[in-house]
Amino acid sequence: MTVTDHQKSMYIAGQAADARINIELETEGMTLNIGPQHPATHGTLRIVVRLDGEQVVWADPVCGYMHRGYEKLTEVRTYPQITTLVNRIDWLSSFANEVPFILAAEQLMGIDAPPRAQWIRTILFEMARIANITLFLGEMGAQLGAITPVFYAFRDREHVLNLIESATGGRFHPNYDRIGGLKDDLPKGWVDECKDVMHRVRDFCDELETLLMGNEIFAQRMRGIGVIPAQVGLDYGLSGANIRASGVDWDIRRDEDSPLAWKHCDWKVWTHVDGDSYARYWVRLQETREASKIVDQLLDGLPAGPIMAKVPRIIKVPAGEAWVHTENPLGEMGYYVVSQGGLGPFRCKIRSASFNNVSIVPWLLQGVYVPDIITILSSLYFILGDIDR
Amino acid sequence: MHALLALNPAYWQTTTLKLVVILLTVVTGAFILVYGFLFKMMAHMQSRLGPMEAGPHGLLQLMAEFGKFLQKEDIFPSKADRRVFALAPFVVLASTFLVYVVIPAGPRLIVEDFDTGIFFALAMSSLSVLGVLMAGWASANKYSLMGALRAAGQLIAYELPLVLAIVGVVVQAQSLSLQTIVHQQADGAIFGFTGIGTPFILTQFVGFFIFLVAMQAELTQTPFDMPLAESELVAGYLTEYSGIRFLLFFIAEFATAFAFAAIAATLFLGGWYVPGVHGAMADVIGPLALGAKIIGVSFLIFWIRFTYPRFREDQLQTFAWKYLIPLSLINITATGILKVVF
Repeated sequence: MTVTDHQKSMYIAGQAADARINIELETEGMTLNIGPQHPATHGTLRIVVRLDGEQVVWADPVCGYMHRGYEKLTEVRTYPQITTLVNRIDWLSSFANEVPFILAAEQLMGIDAPPRAQWIRTILFEMARIANITLFLGEMGAQLGAITPVFYAFRDREHVLNLIESATGGRFHPNYDRIGGLKDDLPKGWVDECKDVMHRVRDFCDELETLLMGNEIFAQRMRGIGVIPAQVGLDYGLSGANIRASGVDWDIRRDEDSPLAWKHCDWKVWTHVDGDSYARYWVRLQETREASKIVDQLLDGLPAGPIMAKVPRIIKVPAGEAWVHTENPLGEMGYYVVSQGGLGPFRCKIRSASFNNVSIVPWLLQGVYVPDIITILSSLYFILGDIDR
Repeated sequence: MHALLALNPAYWQTTTLKLVVILLTVVTGAFILVYGFLFKMMAHMQSRLGPMEAGPHGLLQLMAEFGKFLQKEDIFPSKADRRVFALAPFVVLASTFLVYVVIPAGPRLIVEDFDTGIFFALAMSSLSVLGVLMAGWASANKYSLMGALRAAGQLIAYELPLVLAIVGVVVQAQSLSLQTIVHQQADGAIFGFTGIGTPFILTQFVGFFIFLVAMQAELTQTPFDMPLAESELVAGYLTEYSGIRFLLFFIAEFATAFAFAAIAATLFLGGWYVPGVHGAMADVIGPLALGAKIIGVSFLIFWIRFTYPRFREDQLQTFAWKYLIPLSLINITATGILKVVF
């Protein structure tokens, strides 16, 4: 078939007309500041989005509104004082922040905490994980407009917080971990009560699996939204459930040797191949179940003995450098402690999970609709204190 | 009683009385829904107690809320279009008031029995979108604007299935007047059995389902609360409102829910009709029966509201245009064919 000149010119004229219409109909974009004060950001994260209608052209997270300078503050504090600071990094799982720092200090001093202390540390670590992730599981529903699950989450999280409080004296900021052991032993009757609560936590997971994950609208809103391919996730330095939901089978608790007691338990690291918001939610739900199982097993085999090793009255850490990281509820959390032999560290670099997890936001938000911004941000699950430190 | 009904008051007296009755209905309806469902039912579903301090079981909580809103400052944003901004809540509230005009609460308890009653009610209720757009535009706020545009898109999309769902009832009752529709249901018979009349839900169950879904969207209740989506748009078109104007929007929202529940009860559940009650007694029992049916329908509305997450804007439009509208057209066709056959 040959194309005549007339057809050619008609085609060109048609293209030109289309182009003209496109120019005429071109709409003006709008820059929207989501935050720093906005109900969806749980704090003071600001996200500048350029919108074309309801579609995002580009997005840029602006961090730093809650910067409290903890890395600098550690340089003017003694080692026992620093746990109070790091408690407040990821405020929903405070105890889990203390552990890697104390482990780093112990590593520098060459002290081993007694087994009972390590086991109780692991139990509380996992309970902090439960306290943190149950809130996510409920809050995800609230972000999508289902207001009920979040109240269930608060209800069942309350039991976990009560247990943490009765053991440590602090609901939110336990400040319970010490170099060489723990502040106190567990109170009487704590173990039985804890088993009861772990049962409740599993019930809560079952409840949310039917109430929220079984809901068609919820699945529609979450499936295929915010897909992170494994390689992209690794490039951006994601960790924790965010990267496991993209199919990367990586959990520091299992993969690396740690003085904590995970190696004595039988549990599973869950991954998902999809990499979307739904997968991230699913992985976190499974993680909560596994955490409650870990606690159950540790409670069964809790060794007797002292909870404190022999530690000098004034703690001076010998010169050296130590890097300890753990699998925190939000992802990989680590402390690089440089000591020059003083009462406090010379420099302490805090690697918090949320800062890296949030770095993928500009890549992830391109081209999505406004409602999906909230889905994606919530499913990445960051804590503002953990981003800004 | 009979003497009271036999009175022949002057025009201005009846009009004043009607105005007062509508005003009371709007406020009581909103009160019942807010206290009974928003405060108490939601709280118990979420394993909370809800308000407990003001009065027995927090019964006077609404008085406290009312007082709080009254004493709040009436803030106008500096860039707002002041007159439009101030007028918007009244437009929304007026549309709610006008819906109540045609809803019968008894054989003689109706403000105005138009021949085109249901048409009038739907036309008036869709006026509220005007107020919403005014509020969103005049607030000079990006969140408000997006909320208002979403509301406009949604209300237009769901107006259609709402109307089409009613067409089935209208075809069956052969009238647009709500009073006639109730009488048709009261006088009907199920294969010769006249005990309970024929509530149209028995034949128009598809229509009832579509009406409920579209009503949920018209009322912007979850899962269709995209215009207000508090986790993304702060509060949609209500973002900049405070004090008494916010309260007016709030009353309008729940009074409209009450009115729509009343329309659903009238169209599908027999309205004020109670089996075995006739004559003057129906004027006494009628409002109570209608009220009970309204509470039943409202329970469905709020149950869904507290349970479901919300749709995204495109999913919401898809749901209306691809599923609800074809389904309601099929329903109309089936009703028409069966009407001719029987």
